[in-house]
Amino acid sequence: MSDEILKITSLQTHFFTDQGEIPAVDGVSLTVHKGEVVGIVGESGCGKSVTSLSIMQLVPSPPGKIVGGTIHYKSENLLNASKKRIKDIRGNEISMIFQEPMTSLDPLFTIGNQLREALQIHKKINKKQANQKSIEMLKLVGIPRAEEVMNDYPHQLSGGMRQRVMIAISMACDPEILIADEPTTALDVTIQAQILDLMKKLNHEKDTAILLITHDLGVVAEICDRVIVMYAGQVVEEGTTREILKNPTHPYTKGLIRSIPKLHEKDQKLYSIPGTVPKPKMGMLGCRFKDRCEFAHDRCFSEAPELFSLGNNRYSRCFLLDDTERKVASDAEANTGS
Amino acid sequence: MQRPILEVSHLKKYFDVRGGIFGKKVGEVKAVDDVSFTVHEGEILGIVGESGCGKSTTGKTILRLIEPTEGEIKFEGQDITSLNYEAMRKLRRDMQIIFQDPYASLNPRHTVEKIISEPLLIHGMNKQERKSRVRELLEVVGLSSYHASRYPHQFSGGQRQRIGIARALANHPKLIICDEPVSALDVSVQSQILNLMESLRDQFNLTYVFIAHDLSVVKHISDRVGVMYLGRLVELTDKDKLYDDPKHPYTKALLSAVPLPDPDVEKERIILEGDVPSPSNPPTGCAFHTRCPMAMDICKDIRPSFEQVEVNHFVACHLYSDPAQ
Repeated sequence: MSDEILKITSLQTHFFTDQGEIPAVDGVSLTVHKGEVVGIVGESGCGKSVTSLSIMQLVPSPPGKIVGGTIHYKSENLLNASKKRIKDIRGNEISMIFQEPMTSLDPLFTIGNQLREALQIHKKINKKQANQKSIEMLKLVGIPRAEEVMNDYPHQLSGGMRQRVMIAISMACDPEILIADEPTTALDVTIQAQILDLMKKLNHEKDTAILLITHDLGVVAEICDRVIVMYAGQVVEEGTTREILKNPTHPYTKGLIRSIPKLHEKDQKLYSIPGTVPKPKMGMLGCRFKDRCEFAHDRCFSEAPELFSLGNNRYSRCFLLDDTERKVASDAEANTGS
Repeated sequence: MQRPILEVSHLKKYFDVRGGIFGKKVGEVKAVDDVSFTVHEGEILGIVGESGCGKSTTGKTILRLIEPTEGEIKFEGQDITSLNYEAMRKLRRDMQIIFQDPYASLNPRHTVEKIISEPLLIHGMNKQERKSRVRELLEVVGLSSYHASRYPHQFSGGQRQRIGIARALANHPKLIICDEPVSALDVSVQSQILNLMESLRDQFNLTYVFIAHDLSVVKHISDRVGVMYLGRLVELTDKDKLYDDPKHPYTKALLSAVPLPDPDVEKERIILEGDVPSPSNPPTGCAFHTRCPMAMDICKDIRPSFEQVEVNHFVACHLYSDPAQ
C-alpha cells in the first residue's frame, strides 16, 4: 500500500467569529491509500466534519478559512488549485456523502434529474447515456424498480432509500475517494447494516478509497482498515482498527472505548470520562485532554504533546508514550522493585 | 414478589389521517396497536424499536400526554384512563417524563431555577422551600447550586439533560418515563448520564420505563426489555434472556445488525430486506411477515398473539405458538 492518493499535512482550518478565532482543525495530518477505508472518530465538536469539508473546500467562508497546511490529492496540492480544477475534482474524483439524507437531496428535482446532473457535468455524455448509467447506479446500490424511482421525488423515498440514492450519486463518476460524513447516523440499525454492507461491497468491487467520519466505534470496527481518533481539533491517536480497539494507548481513546455499553458483555458499571469536551480556542496551553485525564501530570499542563510515533504507523499524542518519559517510568518501577 | 406499579393492557392509539377539502377522515395510523405489559416497582423496563415503531407514543400515552384510543393503564392499581383533568394533574406528581432533545425541552427564556421550580409551584410549595429544593436537586444531578440563575443556552447537552432530570425528580415521582434520554448525547457524556440515572434509581427507589433505539444502551440499563415493531410488542423478557436467546426473528435481526466495537467478535449478520412498512397501511397478519426470513403461509393471514413461551418470556410469533390451537 504505497500509493497514497490523499495526503493531508498539518491542516489548520480556523473560524473567525465575533468571539474571536476558533481553531476547529488544528494541525491535522492524515493519509489515505488507494482502496483503503480510513475512519475518523471523535465526539461532536472535535473537528472531524470540518476536516472533511476542508478536503472538498466546502468550509463556509466567511467565517471559516484554511489558514495552514496542505492537502495533496495524488501529486497536486488542492489548496493551490484553481476554482475550476476543484470543480472538476469535486463530485468526480473525490465525492462526498452527508449525514442527513433528508436535506442533502433537492426536494424540487426528481432522483433521475439529480443523478444525471452529476454525470453530465463531469462525463461528457448525452442525456440518454446518462439516463442509462443512472439506472445502472440505482441498481448497483440495491434500489428495487430503479426505472420508476428515477421519476420519483426525494420525499417519496424512505431515509434508507434516500441515503442509497446519495451513495449512487456520489459513486456515479467512479470517484477515487468517497468521503462519508456520518452516513448512517440518521438511520435505524437494520438500515444502517444494509448501508454499511453496500459501502463495503463498493469498496471491494470498485476499489474506491473511503474516508468515513463517524462517532460510532461499532461502525468503525465493522468497516475500517485504519482509524484516526480526533479530540479538540487534533489527531490524538492513529493506528489499525484492531490495534486501536484492542490496545488503545491514549487515555482519551481508552476512556471512549470503556464508556460504550457493550452488547456482548455482562453487566458492569459503565466507565465515564469526567467533564466535557473543551471548546477549541487560540493559545491553549498543554495537552487538550489534561483536565479530563486521570494520568495528567505537571508536564501536561505546561507543554503540548506532539504525536509520538510508536512504530508500525501507530501514533499517539500523549507524554506517557514519550520514550524519555517511558524510560523514567520503567526506571522508577525497577527501583521500587529492587 | 415485586408489586406491579404500572399495568398496561391492550393499549391502542390510532391517529386519524384527514384529507380532502372537507377534512374527512381518510385513514388511520396505527401508532400503537394492542400493547400490553407490566412494570414492577423499582424495575427498569427498556423498550426498543426502530423509528416509527410507536415506542415514544406508548410512553406519552402512559402519561396521557396523548389520549389513548383504547385500552387500560393502571398505575398502582388505579385505572387512570378515566380520570378527569384535575385528578390526572395530581397524579402526574408521581409520574414524570424526561424528553429526548435537551435543546428543545427546556424553555430558553426561563432560568434553570424557574424551570426546575415550575413543577414544585404547581403542586403548591412556598417560595423558600422551592428555592432550597432547587439547590438540592441541582446537587443531586451533579450540577452546582450557582447554576440556578443561568439560562439553558449556557449549558452543554449533557448538562441540559441533567436539568431535565432534575425537573423530573422535583416532586419525588415514583415512575419516570425516559423517552430517548441519551440519544442526542456524545458517547462520553452518554455514559455519565446513564450512570447518574442508575444511581438515582437506587437512591430514590425509582421505576423507569426506558425508551431508546440503541440496543446496547437499553441492555446496559434495563432489567427487562420489550421489542416493538410497527406499533406492536413482539418480544418481552429479561434482558439476558433477550440478548442470549432471542426468539422472534425481528429481535434476532435487530441484534445482529448492531455493529460492535470489537474486531474479534465474529457473528452471523441477518440483513433484512427493504424498509419498515408504513403504519397507516400495516401488512395483514403478522406485521413483520413482509421482511421475515422465516415467514410461513399462516403469517400472512393471522396475527400472532402475544404469548408466554417460557417463564417470563413473551413472544408474538407463529413459530412459537402452540400447534394444537
